[in-house]
Amino acid sequence: MRWWLPDAGSTFAGPIDTLFLAILIITGIALVIVEVGLITFVIRYRARPGRKAFYTHGSTRAEVIWTAIPAVTMVALGLISNHYWVLIKDKKSVPPNAYHLGVHAKQFEWQVTYPGPDGKLGTADDFTVRNQLHVIVNQPFAVELSSEDVVHSFFVPEWRLKQDAVPGMQITAWFEATKTGEFELGCAELCGMGHYKMRARVFVHTPDEYKAWVAQQAAGGSE
Amino acid sequence: MTTVAHTPTQAHHEPMSFWRKYIFSTDHKIIGIQFLFVSLFFLLVGGLLAMQIRWQLGFPGKPMPGGGILPETMVVNGVILPEYYVQLVSMHGTFMVFFAIMPLLVGVYANFLIPLKIGTHDMAFPRINMASFWLALLAGLIMTASFFVPNGPIRSGWTNYAPLAARPDLSGVTVGQMLWCVSIVVLGLSSVLGSLNYITTVINLRAPGMTWFRMPLSVWALFITAILGVLALPVLQGAAIMLLFDNVLGTHFFDPVAGGQALLWQHLFWFFGHPEVYILILPAMGMVSDIIANGSRKPIFGYHSMVFAIIGIAFLGWIVWGHHMFMSGMNPTLGSTFMVSTLLIAVPSAIKVFNWMGTMWRGNLRFHVPMLNAIGFVSMFTIGGLSGIFMAATPVDIPLHDTQFIVAHIHYVLFGGSLFALFAAMTYWYPKMFGRLMSEPLGKIHFVLTFIFYNLTFFPMHIIGMGGQMRRIYDPTIYTFLKPQQPLNVFISYAAFALFATQFLFAFNFLWSLKFGKKAPQNPWEDNGMEWSLPNPAPHGNWEKTPNVYRGPYEFSAPEAGDKDYLPQYLKLPTDRDPVPAPLPAGGH
Amino acid sequence: MNGRIFSVVGGMFLLTVCSKGDRSAVQAAPPRTEVSAAGGTITGKVKFTGAAPKNPAIDMSEEAACKAKYPTTPTEENVVAGAANALANVFVYVKSGVPAGQTFPAPATSVVLDQNGCRYHPHVFGIMVGQGLEILNSDPVLHNIKAIAKANRPFNVSQPSAGMKTTRTFAAPEVMVNLECNVHGWMHAYLGVRPDPFFAVTGPDGSFSIKGLPPGTYTIEAWHEKFGTQTATVTIAATESKTAHFTFAAH
Repeated sequence: MRWWLPDAGSTFAGPIDTLFLAILIITGIALVIVEVGLITFVIRYRARPGRKAFYTHGSTRAEVIWTAIPAVTMVALGLISNHYWVLIKDKKSVPPNAYHLGVHAKQFEWQVTYPGPDGKLGTADDFTVRNQLHVIVNQPFAVELSSEDVVHSFFVPEWRLKQDAVPGMQITAWFEATKTGEFELGCAELCGMGHYKMRARVFVHTPDEYKAWVAQQAAGGSE
Repeated sequence: MTTVAHTPTQAHHEPMSFWRKYIFSTDHKIIGIQFLFVSLFFLLVGGLLAMQIRWQLGFPGKPMPGGGILPETMVVNGVILPEYYVQLVSMHGTFMVFFAIMPLLVGVYANFLIPLKIGTHDMAFPRINMASFWLALLAGLIMTASFFVPNGPIRSGWTNYAPLAARPDLSGVTVGQMLWCVSIVVLGLSSVLGSLNYITTVINLRAPGMTWFRMPLSVWALFITAILGVLALPVLQGAAIMLLFDNVLGTHFFDPVAGGQALLWQHLFWFFGHPEVYILILPAMGMVSDIIANGSRKPIFGYHSMVFAIIGIAFLGWIVWGHHMFMSGMNPTLGSTFMVSTLLIAVPSAIKVFNWMGTMWRGNLRFHVPMLNAIGFVSMFTIGGLSGIFMAATPVDIPLHDTQFIVAHIHYVLFGGSLFALFAAMTYWYPKMFGRLMSEPLGKIHFVLTFIFYNLTFFPMHIIGMGGQMRRIYDPTIYTFLKPQQPLNVFISYAAFALFATQFLFAFNFLWSLKFGKKAPQNPWEDNGMEWSLPNPAPHGNWEKTPNVYRGPYEFSAPEAGDKDYLPQYLKLPTDRDPVPAPLPAGGH
Repeated sequence: MNGRIFSVVGGMFLLTVCSKGDRSAVQAAPPRTEVSAAGGTITGKVKFTGAAPKNPAIDMSEEAACKAKYPTTPTEENVVAGAANALANVFVYVKSGVPAGQTFPAPATSVVLDQNGCRYHPHVFGIMVGQGLEILNSDPVLHNIKAIAKANRPFNVSQPSAGMKTTRTFAAPEVMVNLECNVHGWMHAYLGVRPDPFFAVTGPDGSFSIKGLPPGTYTIEAWHEKFGTQTATVTIAATESKTAHFTFAAH
């Protein structure tokens, strides 16, 4: 039974999880104030014979305080968040040394195109594999997302990576995996009756493993 | 002062046929009650759909009890088919948003409360009001019909993203998609007509002395909601018509195959959709304010701030729609701007929560059933609002978008928020509608059980969403990483079944009390609102002579009240002077 | 005012329901014509010239339950060749020439299409207009059967578990209706819908046999999923047996 976010598997996970925790603490404090406050009031101010309510229309000072503190907190949160948002999503943030893969989403499969031994995407030695994403650990990768038919969404939980694949658009999503192993890619946008089955296996290899896999694919691997 | 004096209205005494009195009525109260019965029916339909969803998520692929009555296109050997599952989630959302919660909050309470609470005899346009109800009912019937056509109802979520929704060859849905579009256009018309009525009535028909800042917060909220409605629904109507044309006429608004844009649908839908969710919460907040002030025997804390918070939420609500589209592929800079506006909208909501607490602070709290549900609203809406902050921070939205975390958030604000507020409101104004009181013990048991099962159902969804369970998936166990969480899905399903069963207590209470409830005294909650100066149930035409308003709506425990702890708006004290009515417009009324 | 609202809404309602509405076609019972077993026959063999193209292997590791059914790696069935370049899975049918006014009753038994090991069995087959196609899922995994058709109403139905059966019929002749599974992109089947029983699919030895033809001149067509189509003209007198061979060029 899992009670938390999946194990961190990419360079994004650190900042995102820290931000998540920070928000959890802030909202947790607010929640405790409200809920404990409500419980306290419910007990302390319940009607009893002979009691009267305190007649007041409010307090401008209280309004200012509980407007300013949330506002300042939200602005700070926004500034910190935006820094990482730009780092993750801005096209200019894609590292120049990123390996590019093509990911074409269609009902109900992921077609991943690899650049082949020449390392360049869009040449004759490219090969396409269905539902298998192979990457190298500690190496930036950028997937060029496209869609054949409807909106799908490329989602790898351990990498804290999600990006919609939209027909008519070419969208780049970059990441750097930090843990080797086998993971899963799921579709995170309802795309039809087979949406739940649109699963790919994700393999994070050492550089040698990856080279061996590419060679095996180029030598007539399977579809 | 813009209040208008009326010539004394004559209560209608001429006999009306049953049909004119109860079916084709132009009386705002009857129309409100009509909306109530129809919407409660659709709430039940939405709940039944939810039960099937929870069956499949808790026990994927297992035959569902009672599944045999459904046709082979939906259920085979008792097992829900994947295409039926996506129809279930799509129609659960559609029915709950458009035909249950929105009409319950607006169709019922804007209609029922506004004229009563501002001291006038009916809406500005009673016949248009009647049309608004019948259009809503027609829309509901059209939407229901989509279950009975070949290939059944929509399969693309209540949000109906294009191109999936625009391409029958990709969705598998033909007539069902068209019916959804038509139904939405008709419902939009109903909403717009209603909104025009509410806005005009509040601006023009307030009784003498009912200044803007003496209006109860329920009326403020319903008024602002009406403005949101009249501006937002037409956008959805336009989008639905474009979607209908893509499906039927061969246009390509949303299909890039011939120059259309998939994201256009999302922008149009959410430009409507975000104000829509404020339509779904503001009336609840307004009514909860009235009820908490009453239950605390204190004025609302920070009345003016509360009004400005409502206006602030409504205004900001127009510029946050992109937060539904952070992952959509739109320009990341837009994501940054929408993040800022979304984080800011947390502030007026926080102001409201603190003001409700301030109202209860040092009050003399009465825990009648409406107050219990109203306090439940505050505590649960807080959770729903706070969970929104996680998604507002765009990097954190990346793992959370389109997971069960969002589903948890939606249900905390819509059920924990709006529905608890509705339980409060339905109980509170029941005597004014039907002349009787609902059973208090049954109401308390219903509240406690609902509160428990509701939290057991929806809180764990935050956790499975964090774990990565996507929305709208038929079988989470397909994914290895989701298998460890499946026990929580089972737990949620059991809690959901218990939650649904508990609602029969409310249904029974509601229906039984119509005939056998205790006859209600005129002002059972010792409240200050104008409506409590009338008998229960309120008569046709409300007041024979336009009432005067002498003070604000929340003068509980005011010193002038003497040994009573409430002071109604309509009560003239010896020290009060009659308000000066504004001159009649030229030409008379 | 209310009347105008209702007529606009009613008009929109009618527009939708009447325009692409799915109407179940009610078939009038065709006049029954018995196919005489003693009619003419066209037989033949289909082969191809050139080197047999290699069928790519299918990596089924994403669907363990299907992969487990294969002792060796399964391959695509684009070109199924037999001995001496015999070509299997060729759909041979009478394209024209059947005397006008003759109609043939659809058999009461259904054609069974089985999904087993994440493959369609058979891969190419024929069915008569109005005859039942019973689609069976023998795999414990989700398959959807998407029928891409122009003359017939397309359908797309899912079968999430083993043992599920769905039956469909086709109302119009069409060569070929494509069947595919969107969950397992390598799964394809091809279905020829004919108004008469004069069709056959070649086996591994490349041979076909069409029986029961009334006397006349016929155009028969051979269809292959990769190599295209070829036609031949054959004239038959009563109970005659004639041959027609087809040779495709592999490319």
